[in-house]
This record gives sequence, structure tokens and C-alpha cells, in this order.
Amino acid sequence: MRELKILAVVVFFSLLTYYLVEPYAHHQMHMKVDANGDEIHIESHGFTYDGAADIAEAERKGDEVLVSKKKAFWSKVVQISKIKGDVVVGEASFALCIGCHNGANFNMGGAIPPNLDHVGGIYDKNYLIALIKDPAMAGNVDHKYKNTIEHPMGRIQVMMTEDQQIADVVAYMIAKKAGEVSPKEAFNEACVRCHAMRYVNVTQLGDTPKFKHEKDELAYKIKVIEEQDAVKAYMGKLPQDLSMMIRARSEHFMETFVENPQSQLPGTSMPRVGLNQAGYDKVKAYLTEAGDPSKKAREKLGPWVIAFFVLFTILAFFWKKSMWRDLH
Amino acid sequence: MEKKRRDFMGMALGACAAVGGVGALYAAKRSWDPLPSVKAAGFTTIDLSAAKPNVLNVEKWRGKPIFVLKKTADMPEDKRDIIIGSDRFHISIGLCTHLGCIPAYKAGEHKFLCACHGGEFDASGNDVKAPAPSPLVIPPFKLDGMKIVLGEEGPEYKKMLADGIAVIA
Amino acid sequence: MAKFDENAKPFTNKWLDERIGLNTLKRVLNTEYWIPKDINFLWAMGMILAATFGILLISGIFLLMYYKPDTNLAFDSVNYTIMSEVGYGWLWRHIHGVGASLVFLIIYIHMFTGIYYGSYKRGRELIWLSGMGLFVAFSAEAFSGYMLPWGQMSYWAGMVITNLFSGGSLEAYGLVEWIRGDYVPGDAYLTRFFMLHVLLIPLVIIGLIVLHFGTLRLPHVNNQEGADIDYEESAALYKAGKKKESKVIPFSPVFLSKDIFVMGVYFILFFYLVFYHFNFAMDPVNFDPADGLKTPAHIYPEWYFLWSYEILRPFSKDVGLIAFALSQLAFIFLPFIDRSPNVAPAHKRGLFQIWFWVLLIDMIVLTAMGKLPPTNETFAAIGWYSAVLFLFMGPALFVITIFEKKIEKGA
Repeated sequence: MRELKILAVVVFFSLLTYYLVEPYAHHQMHMKVDANGDEIHIESHGFTYDGAADIAEAERKGDEVLVSKKKAFWSKVVQISKIKGDVVVGEASFALCIGCHNGANFNMGGAIPPNLDHVGGIYDKNYLIALIKDPAMAGNVDHKYKNTIEHPMGRIQVMMTEDQQIADVVAYMIAKKAGEVSPKEAFNEACVRCHAMRYVNVTQLGDTPKFKHEKDELAYKIKVIEEQDAVKAYMGKLPQDLSMMIRARSEHFMETFVENPQSQLPGTSMPRVGLNQAGYDKVKAYLTEAGDPSKKAREKLGPWVIAFFVLFTILAFFWKKSMWRDLH
Repeated sequence: MEKKRRDFMGMALGACAAVGGVGALYAAKRSWDPLPSVKAAGFTTIDLSAAKPNVLNVEKWRGKPIFVLKKTADMPEDKRDIIIGSDRFHISIGLCTHLGCIPAYKAGEHKFLCACHGGEFDASGNDVKAPAPSPLVIPPFKLDGMKIVLGEEGPEYKKMLADGIAVIA
Repeated sequence: MAKFDENAKPFTNKWLDERIGLNTLKRVLNTEYWIPKDINFLWAMGMILAATFGILLISGIFLLMYYKPDTNLAFDSVNYTIMSEVGYGWLWRHIHGVGASLVFLIIYIHMFTGIYYGSYKRGRELIWLSGMGLFVAFSAEAFSGYMLPWGQMSYWAGMVITNLFSGGSLEAYGLVEWIRGDYVPGDAYLTRFFMLHVLLIPLVIIGLIVLHFGTLRLPHVNNQEGADIDYEESAALYKAGKKKESKVIPFSPVFLSKDIFVMGVYFILFFYLVFYHFNFAMDPVNFDPADGLKTPAHIYPEWYFLWSYEILRPFSKDVGLIAFALSQLAFIFLPFIDRSPNVAPAHKRGLFQIWFWVLLIDMIVLTAMGKLPPTNETFAAIGWYSAVLFLFMGPALFVITIFEKKIEKGA
């Protein structure tokens, strides 16, 4: 009996220390506070986009002009989302997009325009509308520009001016540019133009080919460095390699960050990605493949090892009992 | 009086611990295994179109030197030859079958001479002078037009294995 | 010349006994190494530490096969090669990381058990001192090991801790550079800590463990009442079959059987953490590769160093360094600061019992404050008071034990 009391004391103080040092301290370190010192609760909202977070940020800044701009923008987006889009007309409009998003790996003053093969499947509908209406506002990076038309894709504002046009092309993308997408494809389309992932041999130029001769290998490396310099100039610094990102950040951070980078890193250059829940799940799966590939094996082996030690402990208990039998 | 009883619980515990020990040893063995990237690097493609007759090219496969010799018309035909179109090639692992040194090719004599102990091989890789005990080993290969992929087993290689011309080294 | 029986067959008991004194060894270390009966599971912590050290050694061996001590290669050799390519590499890495953290939990439990029951007193001073030597050695081993993955925390903890050696107002920057082998933690720094972690400190630890056991053998382990046991009398009773009346048990197999049971319970916890709950031991910040041009938002040592770290922090540079040094020394000199002759559990020693719990809680508060951002004024204040309190614990113990009433030991 006394031993159980002692065990309870030991367990209590150990758990107390753990709680203070881990959950409590990490919460204290990472929580965000507003100007009054009150905690700002940052939660994911299921990867749907209505501008609520952007507007709340502007309100906290106390910038009335910005608040009304954002409110107007996002209510316009919602308005457009209610328009019925024509898929056939949209296909013709989509040709405008292919002009830059052409897969030729050509940097257009920012990053290489992402591949749009599954754009209607992995991105949220409202986000796509917002993106075409004003890419900087959609990405919540308008703070970088005096005039959002300076965004590398900013000119779309004057190329696609009619609400119906936008509704049509988004309808086309959702109908025809969706379908089955692998985790690798989702990752390539959503992340690779800015982020490299060296553990799977991916750079901002895509998959690294195999070269027989060192000279060709080095020539390719130079092309990669030049592209990285261009992205660095656009972003302010080179976006991090994502190989180990899934283990370097918590689940909560990843979700809220991808949904709205400003919530976790105020002032960052990274635009909101605009993934929908399905798209994010695919990207997360690929990040796990690259950065935590032993996860499945770990979860498979765990129960067996623990069960083994439970059995071991039970046998040890009975052996102890037999050894101590005639001692008391 | 002490009666020595069979320590059944102790034996059961010991057996359980032994099972755990075997599991741990298995994990240890797997950690020692060659890494997947090492095993994947075991394929080399060589382009034979630029090969010149009687000029030895030495390539690399799985860390070992590979002799690639395009035979001339006056070199005798041999069942060890690899035939591509109208050309005959001698392709082998360039390590003397005696104790593993790399023999040098004497183009004038159409012979490989191993400096370590004096063994010799002809232009088809047959051992012709002691202490070379056996012919130069033919690596697994697959033909692909004018290219040869080492590390993969193509039909020509499989036939050589069946005929005893190629051996697993 | 020793006597050798010609008829003894090779490698039998008699043959080995003649050559290496096998039976004497068995008696002295196992079957007639007497342990008091009046003990609890806390007495198993030593064995658990030995087992954990063994696990760290073995998992370390497999990590060592693939780790590359080069600032360009280290991070990927761990996080790519070992974690995804090596068969069960991820398992060894998780075991090693969790083990390194748990070993300190057990060390602290082991230390505080010793303090509570007075196991550092009369006759057992060397056990305590060699144990403190082990604490310092394990701390050095943990610090050097944490450098090796060369993540952000590795680099910046290395930067901060080596900066301490500038000695505040002494401004010994040359010394700091000498320790690092470079102006900043770099390749030279990594490889020398690799040498320390893989060879030198493990050898020191093994030597200290042998010393720790050696200093334990004659005084024997303590017991729950701190009672003086007549080992010869009790041993005779036990050997005569009067096991109930005897106050002792043999180490093997009786004490060992309890040790192994406690170890089983420990391993269930250990492997649960290895497979399912390991971020406390493998901090996410260290999964960002080291970047000398970018400091993480929060730098902190592993949890077991936090109480020391917090004694350093609240004061000005020089005062902090002195406070830090004093706090480490206080533990080492505990047997000599405690002036009372009583070898008894804390609950029988009046004020000492209060001192004990205040110490424990103060250390937990210091640990928590060491992790919390000092920019928060409340945390900074709590940290300051806790650090000052800790510095008074040494003198307080001195005073308390001088006035402690001598306990009359009954029969």
C-alpha cells in the first residue's frame, strides 16, 4: 500500500513537470496576443474562404480603410460565387490562363506560374474566384503592394473584368480541371514553384533529372540556383525546403498557416495557398511521405512492442512473487 | 529444509525475454542491410555505339571496373561474346579471378595480363595462363539497341547462365 | 601457486572457479550480496538507469553506423538516411531520443530518493559523490549528443551555452573560440562534440558506474528506516533458512526479481513514448536545419537543464554565472552541508522534511520558469524569487541540520 502511495507521489510530480514544461509552456510561447494583451484564438475554418480572418486582422490593426476594402472585396467574391458559370464559355476563357500557366518552367517575375491540371479539385471555389478578381487580396499579401496590380499575376484584373467571365472560367476549372489527384501532384501544383523538397529530389524547377555526366549535373544546378535567386528576389528570402516540415511544426500550426499564413507569421510574403480540405489532406499526405515516412511502420509496430512488455511485466510480477513468497 | 523447486516462472520470464531478444536482433540485422539507395544504384547503362575495335573501355558498375572490348575481325569468335548487330563485344568484370587485381590489356597481343601474379586472359576473357583459375566473370546484362544495361538480366544473359558460360560471381 | 584439479573438465564450474574465482564472484556480487528487505520500488531506479544506459549505448551503435559528423551532411544523415533509409533506423533514433530524456527523469527520481532517505550520509558519501559525477557526465553526454543532429536548436543552444564560458565581465572570448575551435559553432565544433559524445564521455560514464558500484558494496544500500543492519547476523539467519526473521535478502535472485518487475513497468512507459508521444524529447524546432543567420523565436535547453538555466537567467551576467556555479556545487557538497548525524527518512527528521518538499517544488517551479518566456513579467518575477530561494536552500540546510534533534535508534 505504501508503495502505491509513493508511486502516486512520483507520478504526480512527474506529470506536473511535464504539463508545465510541454503543453503549458508551448501554449505560452506560441500564443498570439492583440494590442490589449488578450489572446487571439487562431483556429482553422475547414479550408473554406470568406475573408473573415482577413477582415478580423484589419480590424485588429484599427485600419478602417483597409477593413472596408476587404469587406467589399470578399462580399464581391461571394456575389460572384452565386452566378451560374458556363463550362463551355469558361473553356475558351481558360486559354487566357494557359498563356502564362503553360508548363514551360519560365519565371514570370515572381515564381514560375503553377501547373493548373487539378486546379478545380484542390483549391476552394471562392478562393479561385478571389484569385482571379485580385490575386494579392486573395492571398492576403496585399500589404506588400502599393497597388495590387503589381502582383506577378496582378494584370489578370484588367484581363478578366466581367463577373460572368470569372464565374464561367471557375465553373470550367471545377468541371474539367479536377479529378483524381495523387499527393505528389497536389504538392507539385500547390507548393513546388516556391518550395523545394530535397528528400524527394524536387527543386523549384520540379523533379531533378538523373545525369550521367557531372558537367550536365552542374549545369542543371546552376539553373536551379538562378531560379531560386528569382524567387528570393520576389519573396524577400528563399522559401524553406519542406522536406522535414511535417515534423518541424505542429498539426495546428500547419493547418492554420496554410489556410492563412498571416495568422502565424504576420507580415509574411507567403500568399494564402487556397487549398480546400481535400487538397490540403493530399498535400499533408505528401509532406508525411517525405518527412515522416516511418509513420505507418511506427504505428504498426507500436502495439506489438507494448503488448510484449505488458506480457513481460506480468511474467516478471509472478516471478517476483514466487521469489519473495517465503520472506514475509 | 530447502527443496529445490523448478523455477517455472523464472523460465517463462526467461523465454519471454529471449523472444524479445530475437526481435531486437532482427531489427539490428535489418539496420546492417544495404540501404535501398545503394541497391538501386546497381544499374549502369553503357552506350556501345562509339566503341572502337581493340580499344579497351573501362566503365564502372557496383563499384567494380567493367571491361568493354569491341573485338576485331581477326579475333576468334567465342561463345562468351556478346553480339550486337554485326559487332562482337567482350564485356566482363575487370577483376582477375585469382585474387581480384585489375588485369591490364595488351592491345598488341590481344591479351589481358595481371601484374599481381602473372595470370593471363585472352580477348574473350578465357583464362589462358595460371594462376588465373577461371574466365573473367560476365556481369548480368540486358541489351537495348546499341546500349547495354548492367545489373538487369536480359534473355541473352539468362541463356549464358543456363549454358554455364556466365556464372553468378 | 593455486591448486588445480587435473580431473576438472574445462569450462565447468570447478574449472572456472579455480581460474577466475567464479564462485567467490557469484557470492560477493549475487547470492550473498545482502540487500535490506525494508525497501520500496524506488530502490530499483539504479538498475533502471543501468538498463537505460545500455539501451542508449545499443541504439547509439546503430545511429553511429550511419551518422556523418560534418555540418553539411549531419542533418540529412539523421533525418533522411537514418529515419527513412536504414532498416528500423527510425526506431533506434526514437529510442535514443526518448531514452536520453527519460534517463534524466529517472536520475532525478534516484537523486531525490537518496536525499529523502539520507542515503548520502555517514559511510555513503562516496556513493553520493560518484553519483553526482555521473550526473555531470550524463549532462555533458546529453549536451554533446544534442549538437549532433545539427538542427536549429543544436546550433543555437551550442551558441548560447559556449558563450557562457566568456565568464561575464572576464570577457574570455578567446576561451570561447578555443572551446569551439572556430568563431562560431561550425565543423570543428561538431566533430569535437562527436568525439566527446561517442568515445570520451561514455568511457568516463562506464568508469564512474564501476566506481559507483564499488563505493556501494561495503556500506550496502540504505533502507526505508535508515536503520543500521547487522549484516552478518541477518545473513546467517537467511542462510539458516529463517527467511522471515532475516532483515536481508540476497541480490540475486530475490532483489533482482523485484528490479526486473519494476523495469517491466518502466519499459511499458518507455516504449509507449517511443512510438506515440515523443515530441517532448525530439523538439520540432530541431527539425529545421541549423541556420547561423536566423535565430529561432524561442531557444531553450532540454527540460532536465531548465532549472539550472533559470538560475542563470534572472540575474545580471556575473551574478547569474556565480549563482549557477553555486547551485551546481551545493548538490555536490550535500553530505558535508548536512550536519545532522541522523540517517533516517525525511518524515522522521522534523524541519528537514519541509526542506525536502520545498526543494522539490522549487526545482519544479524553476524548471517551468526556465521554459517560459521571460518577457512575461509574472513569469520573470516567479523565476527570480525561485532562483533566490534555491540559493538559500544550502545555508538553510546547514542551519536546520545543526539544530536537528538526534533520533534515538531503537533495537
